[in-house]
Amino acid sequence: MIQKPDPTQETLVLNMGPQHPSTHGVLRVVLHCDGEYVLDAEPVIGYGHRMHELIGEVRDHRGFYANVGRMDYGGALSFGHGHILAVERMLPDLEVPERAEYLRVITTELNRVASHLLWFGAFLLDLGAFTPILYSFDDREAILDLLEHVTGARLTFSYMRVGGVAADVDKDWCDGVIAFVKRMRERVPMYHKLVTGNIIFRKRVEDVGHITRDMALKYGCTGPVIRGSGIPYDVRRSEPYSIYPELDFEIPTSERCDCMGRYNVRWEEIEQSLRIIEQAITKLPEGPVMADKVPKVIKAKGEVYQAVEAARGSLGYYIACDGTTSPYRMKIRVPSYSNLSILKELTRGILLSDLVAVMGSFDLVIPEIDR
Amino acid sequence: MLNYFKEIFVGIKSLLIGMKVTAFYGTKKTITAHYPFEKIPITPNFRGHIDLVVTKKGYHKCISCGMCERACPSGCITIEAVKPEGAKKKKLTGYTLDFTKCSLCGNCVETCPTSAIKYSNDYYLVGTSRHDFHFDLLARAMKAAEEMGIEWTEPVEKPKEPTEPQAEGGESPAPAGA
Repeated sequence: MIQKPDPTQETLVLNMGPQHPSTHGVLRVVLHCDGEYVLDAEPVIGYGHRMHELIGEVRDHRGFYANVGRMDYGGALSFGHGHILAVERMLPDLEVPERAEYLRVITTELNRVASHLLWFGAFLLDLGAFTPILYSFDDREAILDLLEHVTGARLTFSYMRVGGVAADVDKDWCDGVIAFVKRMRERVPMYHKLVTGNIIFRKRVEDVGHITRDMALKYGCTGPVIRGSGIPYDVRRSEPYSIYPELDFEIPTSERCDCMGRYNVRWEEIEQSLRIIEQAITKLPEGPVMADKVPKVIKAKGEVYQAVEAARGSLGYYIACDGTTSPYRMKIRVPSYSNLSILKELTRGILLSDLVAVMGSFDLVIPEIDR
Repeated sequence: MLNYFKEIFVGIKSLLIGMKVTAFYGTKKTITAHYPFEKIPITPNFRGHIDLVVTKKGYHKCISCGMCERACPSGCITIEAVKPEGAKKKKLTGYTLDFTKCSLCGNCVETCPTSAIKYSNDYYLVGTSRHDFHFDLLARAMKAAEEMGIEWTEPVEKPKEPTEPQAEGGESPAPAGA
């Protein structure tokens, strides 16, 4: 419930959004301010509600391919990955070829790097630095070129298929990925020089938005937000899926608990993603990318909850099927929704400019929250 | 007191390091393309809207089975076909794509038994009304054949006669349900 302003109090009610640029979409935050200080921040969501869950219940499983990318425009591939893994678990006869699993992981991790680069640019843009987004988009374009070559699209990929992936890759593409990993490794120190050490940036983010461990657990935060509070929770490690158990990577955490901690965690995650890509591309087995016997009409039965690690945290698909072509119920647990819910408690009494930094450090994607 | 000056020193140093990076990249060539004058080549794998494949014999491969129509989650595809008197096969008379509804999932291309549809590389799509995006793919295929220098030739289906079943004219030999 949105509080009514109390005329006896000298507070100002300010609507941040739904068209405010730093809310990254149509999110409205009702602020009760005392001067520059935020007394209460109430997120109002639902402006971009597109009934993705209901569409999933009306269409068949394949008909939902296009929707997953519309929920999270930053990391569309991990959303697709979760969906098809959930559907495949209800089809026990289906054997997904190993090459397809590797390609799913490689493209998802590339997408994760792209998503973090997008976050990096947008976060700095919120804080008033215009230049870094141009640098990060340079690298992001290189990833999108690679992904476009294999998936055919730059943003809403629809690459994952039940039983495999939509397209195979060739040797040139693998070389391109290796070249990109090398290039990205060379660029990371440049980003740290440009931004991380910058005194203005550090003053804006250090000791701002302190999320304690208990608070992060209480609100069900996931992804870089909980890892920035020192809890090494990652679905890739805690509930391993796909080929992640075979790969060697670390879960970066930070004990800082503030915006800087979350910032550092994301940069380390980029490095870990590059490691995963490198290992997966060297191990990439030969073979088909689509299972032999994929049912033409998918009639699944049973219920399943499949969690994957999206760029913003734990993403879960709950799908219940009653043997017909479309799911009986589909529920999508998105990471940004839980991460946003902490905002009210976190931002009590902080400065208005810090609120922007806190919201930026969450990496909010509004279509994902509204669904 | 010492800390105060140290912070100022560290702060100024960090700004100078950042400026060095921008100065370094400032002397480099620009990485952006000046769009109307330069265009970035797109990959041939780009998934645009669908198009009918034109065969070498100057016809399409569609057998009007309607699989794409059923596979489409948004209902963008409309197929019209007639079965002439005495003919064995349906004849495609209209293939309309309502691109305003399409979300480019690719289910239609993957489900097609004869690979009669493909993704076009067309991304320069602009229109002044939504009717501009109701594509008549049959007409587009005829135009594409003309551009390729192939004459659009309808395969002549021989009337039912007790001859060998192979006589099918220019129809594509792809088996249905492959």
